[in-house]
Amino acid sequence: MSSNALPGGRAASAPILGHEIEPTVFEMSVAGRSAYQLRTTGVPATPLDELVPAAHLNPEVVALAEVSERDLVAHYTRLTHRQFSVDLGAYPLGSCTMKYNPKFCDAVAADPGLNSVHPGAPAELTQGWLELLVTLEEKLCAVTGMAAATLQPSAGAAGELTGLLLMRAFHNANGDPRSRVLIPDSAHGTNPASVTLGGYEVTTIPSNDRGLVDLAALKAALGPDVAGIMLTNPNTVGLFEEEITEIAAAVHDAGGLLYYDGANLNAILGVVRPGDMGFDIVHMNLHKTFATPHGGGGPGAGPVAVSARLAQFLPGPKATRVEKDWYDWVKPAKSIGRVHAWHGNAMVLARALAYIEVHGGDGLTRVAQRAVLNANWLRSRLSATLPAAYDRVCMHECVLTAAPLKAKYGVRGLDVAKGLLEEGFHSPTVYFPLIVDEALMFEPTETESLQTLEALAEAIERIEKRASNDPESLHRAPQTTPVSRVDEARAARHLIPTEDAASR
Amino acid sequence: MLSFLGMDSLDQLFAHIPAAVRLSQGLDLPDGMSEPDVAEVFARFSAANQAKSPEMLCFAGAGAYDHEVPAVVKALAGRSEFVTAYTPYQPEVAQGVLQAIFEYQTMVSRLSGLPIANASLYDGSAALVEALNMASGATGRQRMLVSAGVHPHWRAVARTFAVGTGHEIVEVPLKDGVTDWGSVVAAGAAAVVGAYPNYLGVMEDMGGAKRLAVANEALFVLACDPVAAGVLKTAGQWGADVFVGEGQAFGTSVSFGGPYLGLFACSLELIRRLPGRIVGETVDSNDRRAFVTTLRAREQDIRREKATSNVCTNQTLMAVTAAIQLGWLGTYGLREVATRCAQGAHFLFDEVTKIKGVEPVSSQPFFREFAIRVPKKASKVLSRMADRGILGGLSDAALNAGGAMDAVANSERVILVSATERRTRSDIEQYVKALRKAVD
Repeated sequence: MSSNALPGGRAASAPILGHEIEPTVFEMSVAGRSAYQLRTTGVPATPLDELVPAAHLNPEVVALAEVSERDLVAHYTRLTHRQFSVDLGAYPLGSCTMKYNPKFCDAVAADPGLNSVHPGAPAELTQGWLELLVTLEEKLCAVTGMAAATLQPSAGAAGELTGLLLMRAFHNANGDPRSRVLIPDSAHGTNPASVTLGGYEVTTIPSNDRGLVDLAALKAALGPDVAGIMLTNPNTVGLFEEEITEIAAAVHDAGGLLYYDGANLNAILGVVRPGDMGFDIVHMNLHKTFATPHGGGGPGAGPVAVSARLAQFLPGPKATRVEKDWYDWVKPAKSIGRVHAWHGNAMVLARALAYIEVHGGDGLTRVAQRAVLNANWLRSRLSATLPAAYDRVCMHECVLTAAPLKAKYGVRGLDVAKGLLEEGFHSPTVYFPLIVDEALMFEPTETESLQTLEALAEAIERIEKRASNDPESLHRAPQTTPVSRVDEARAARHLIPTEDAASR
Repeated sequence: MLSFLGMDSLDQLFAHIPAAVRLSQGLDLPDGMSEPDVAEVFARFSAANQAKSPEMLCFAGAGAYDHEVPAVVKALAGRSEFVTAYTPYQPEVAQGVLQAIFEYQTMVSRLSGLPIANASLYDGSAALVEALNMASGATGRQRMLVSAGVHPHWRAVARTFAVGTGHEIVEVPLKDGVTDWGSVVAAGAAAVVGAYPNYLGVMEDMGGAKRLAVANEALFVLACDPVAAGVLKTAGQWGADVFVGEGQAFGTSVSFGGPYLGLFACSLELIRRLPGRIVGETVDSNDRRAFVTTLRAREQDIRREKATSNVCTNQTLMAVTAAIQLGWLGTYGLREVATRCAQGAHFLFDEVTKIKGVEPVSSQPFFREFAIRVPKKASKVLSRMADRGILGGLSDAALNAGGAMDAVANSERVILVSATERRTRSDIEQYVKALRKAVD
């Protein structure tokens, strides 16, 4: 490490300016002001009441804001100054893979040759898009070791539900309908929710004292009514399921399928593929692994790849290479139908393909290596302050515990998280997974430098010192952010979801 | 870094992964390319898309509309603080996104005429599916009466997910472009779902659907065109319990179908069943106004298998974009856009129906979109129009899967056409000329 280099990822100098509240756009509204300009069309300006029967016209005017372009720009620019982002600083939010999003991928998506294409235009006029989608499908299959994929699901959770419907279609086609799906107790909350919406019952499998699936408990839970198991590997504790081949054999022997929750795919790119581990269905979160920007909570994209025996059930119509250099929409033979109004979150898919092409097979492997190296370095560096819940080599993220700070100083994981905001870092994920007491899940990703990781570790050490000297100050943290600790209970108790409710 | 871990190779980090499943040769993918080289690859994709602006004039709609998106909206919505943030789990450093969503929720609430709006869903079809799940939860019933005037792809999505939830999707046919509610058994319905204007552009009187819902104690769900909502009766005024819509029209380009924006609003009584996230106003510990995601106890990460929705991510960036676009349009700009869409569509309708052999599919009043029947196969006609630089609308065959026009007879000869505020008189005249030649 260059000893004088300063960290790029610490946003302590952040332009988080506003400590005064920003008015809402409605509070800035002045009757008669406007920003909009529309084309001069020359179309006859027939009065609306001659085109629309009176019974359909709203007798009232729906009020929006009335602001100038200048005020609109000022308002939303100031709002961005009250917002943390990856571009601003490190975002070690475990399980969320908040890596830097290369600008090149956004530039690709800004091309009107892609984004001005109507989704209902016929295939012969959209060959570029179809080729792009087919190319992405092939690359995703190469990464996961699967045979075919759908690009339709809008996000990871939509991919999960799609995967469960594929599981259902497979068993039903075999005349073998089943009723239960197994899920480890460390799973993401979307897994059990998706299972329920997929029409299955959840059977929870306990973790063993190493943080992994308890193989004996899994075997005991298997039976002819089990449709399959949903696994995240590495799991949500950041550990690789070392008995994966035994798990796969046991589930397959019982006639079940293995579903791979791709939330943590970043850890294994180029190292091991879900298909080689025995998984039958794999969803990917493109906004995690392939760095499409998360947009403050979407859009994502959640393609689902499957093994050959499940390909005929995939959602459709599907972009397909029907002959050399010619593409068309084809519905798989036993398709479960559409899971998206059109073809999926196409602009997100395009960004992900750009990311994959720039990285290539070699670059994707380096992504996983560096992500795992960074997480292990941080785990080891912080071992005296925040011990790991399972102290051994982790994958791309590490689950640490604030339990010692709680015991010694009464400072909880949430207080550490809020203290980190004052230090110019985003917080880790708090209180997940549920099986770890005072969990703090750090995922530094491959894009943060050693200098940034060192600065993060030093910030946590300062927080520990504060915990011993002045724990009360951490309960009050953060104070240097645009707002201080937010009263979440009040928000739920006195619900104000709109400006109109606020003024009532 | 490796030496700090007492290791001398990266492989040691992965040594605990069983060798039997580990890749020995790496991925079967070519090595990475430089960004300029990849840009060349994408330039080829782009060149192979003929149906792009400005080379081809877009008269296609069906829930994806070519509206004006001004430079100011692109500049603000493209700011990296909005683009590269995560879900606002730490409200103290996420007030920008949270307040923008609060403003968005206020706008959706007003456009829907309903008091509660969520922070968005994936797209219109996802909003419909969540509305059906909500209706099932609220009534304990599974029977969903869905007008064939609802977008055919949305109905297809609803049918796919109904396999898991056990919902019975009953499609109610159209007669002269209007839902024939009397043609199905309504008893035991959980939801009555209409579209306004419907897929064929027709403004149906939604009073009958509302009465049917009330008589059967079902929820009345109305899928609305949110641009039309700038001037037409709101979902709330029609008595809807739930409003769903496709918000792409607010600041997002047609984007080959995504990402779009699922609009969702409902009555107060249904709030505990609201899918997705919702932002609420509160205060911070210094008693200053602050915003936070609230009613979290409904969500999947807390309720797990008891959750009624598995939605985690929503479509925040599109929601923020919509708020900015609606801020730009303002009260009268949205009315102007809605009015001009109607004017353009009616002018186009009047001109194309003068062409011999071109007939309207329905005699009912339409708003900004209409269906015509042409004397030849629609896909052939559209193909000939494309040769003249006109994307003339949507045909049943456009997606090679059929079903896009399942609501009308002789669907292979039907074209769905719309004209937004971006289409000039000259554009429309070119359309008419191209259609005349194509059907000749």
